[in-house]
Amino acid sequence: MYNTIEELLERQRRTGTPLHRIILQNEMNLAGISEKEVYTRLKKRYEVMVASAKKALFQPQNMVLGLIEGQASCQQLYAGKQSICGPFLNELMAMALSGSEVNASMGRICAAPTAGSSGILPAVLLSVSKRYGSSEHEILSALLIAAGFGAVITKNATVSGAEGGCQAECGAAAGMAAAAAVTLAGGDGEMAANACGIALMNVMGLVCDPVAGLVQLPCSYRNASGAVNAVLSADLALAGQRTMIPVDQCIDAMYRVGKKLPGELRETALGGIATQPAGKEYAKQLQVLTSGKKEG
Amino acid sequence: MNISLFDVLGPVMIGPSSSHTAGAAKLARVARTIVEKPFHLVTFGLYGSFAKTGIGHGTRQALLAGAMGFKEDDERIKTIETLAKQEGLEYEFYEAELDGAHENTAVITFYCDDGSKMRVIGCSIGGGRIRITELDGLASDITAESPTLLITQNDKPGVIGAVSGLLAECGLNIAVMRVSRVARGELANCVIETDGRISAEVVRQLEKIPNVRSVRAINI
Repeated sequence: MYNTIEELLERQRRTGTPLHRIILQNEMNLAGISEKEVYTRLKKRYEVMVASAKKALFQPQNMVLGLIEGQASCQQLYAGKQSICGPFLNELMAMALSGSEVNASMGRICAAPTAGSSGILPAVLLSVSKRYGSSEHEILSALLIAAGFGAVITKNATVSGAEGGCQAECGAAAGMAAAAAVTLAGGDGEMAANACGIALMNVMGLVCDPVAGLVQLPCSYRNASGAVNAVLSADLALAGQRTMIPVDQCIDAMYRVGKKLPGELRETALGGIATQPAGKEYAKQLQVLTSGKKEG
Repeated sequence: MNISLFDVLGPVMIGPSSSHTAGAAKLARVARTIVEKPFHLVTFGLYGSFAKTGIGHGTRQALLAGAMGFKEDDERIKTIETLAKQEGLEYEFYEAELDGAHENTAVITFYCDDGSKMRVIGCSIGGGRIRITELDGLASDITAESPTLLITQNDKPGVIGAVSGLLAECGLNIAVMRVSRVARGELANCVIETDGRISAEVVRQLEKIPNVRSVRAINI
């Protein structure tokens, strides 16, 4: 029923069907399930997302090497004090950090679209829905739009850091979340598409350079900034700003740029901060741990 | 759009990595389901990046938990070794030497209580998806994305017809069917992916078909 975001918008313009219902109908046909079943499954995934966004807010999560242990609670504490960006953005970041912390500590998360970027969408959904007093149905419908946009990115580009760098994971997640944020704020499909495109533009070329090969650093900070990217892109779009380059073209650009990234910058820990002296030091620490386990 | 929303918003899993944690857990769980018998020892030969990222991505815990039957999103995966010791399950990890295998390959050998042993080779191909490529030396291609039947039979005319006929009678639609054989007129096997869950009753009926040697159902 749709292969690009433009096709989604075009169908909405032509038939008057709301964006989320076009995506819903496609899923019902694809999986052979009812509307109720789609929403039930969405709700289950959303519940996992909410739990991961909250779990580390007041409790550091224990993980190998502990590179990002306690980041979420640290930011959450600060969010209650005087800050530059205020409580909304700081709580948003704390939740995104929580998602990353839970993921790194072998906790339960919902990949959206990947495990490494799983902190972004939940943080944005929770923050923005709280701001606008959204109902559960409205949140799940926004989630449908996020997922539909994510499906387009998966199909026409990539959501794998190994293939396209961090822009493919945290960029895609931010794009999806931006579209959801616009929807919760009452924006239309065109605005959602613009927000997605802007979010992708903002991180075009973002590399994947995981320290010690772990999904911790800089992943957690890119989840924090990814969540902020999503909401700032949403506000730009809601104000009427346009991508000027259609979102589907932004998606293709992200894909091509990703392919041009050298292997060292695509989830191999062979470049970026991973190969800086401090990064190598952490990698050595992990090696020691690994050899210890082998002999033990 | 032929990509499911639940592939985008999913899998629900234990982190940190869909290929090195969730995929590893699923691989071992599917292997366990295929083996179907109680075992007291399981060994894991790791190849490629599976071997290297083991500690950082919890691959070992994930494999062990999967072999013990835990699902990919079970929070007990993290501390599975304690549970394994409590149950008296012995396990071992080693680095496997394989030729041209996928980056995330594991050789899982189950030492069963009845004295037999079974070796399953498979890989984690990304996004939490897996592929079993070898069962006791026989090449296979099992992804366990849908309910799957594994049948071994004598390579004789009529067996496949009888199997598909029975499934039709039971109202089970066949989505994918692959038949292959070791040697003409000897052993053959059949992998069938169905649209619906495979009941124990269907398995029993299939086992009764002449020349069918074994039937296993994977209802993931």
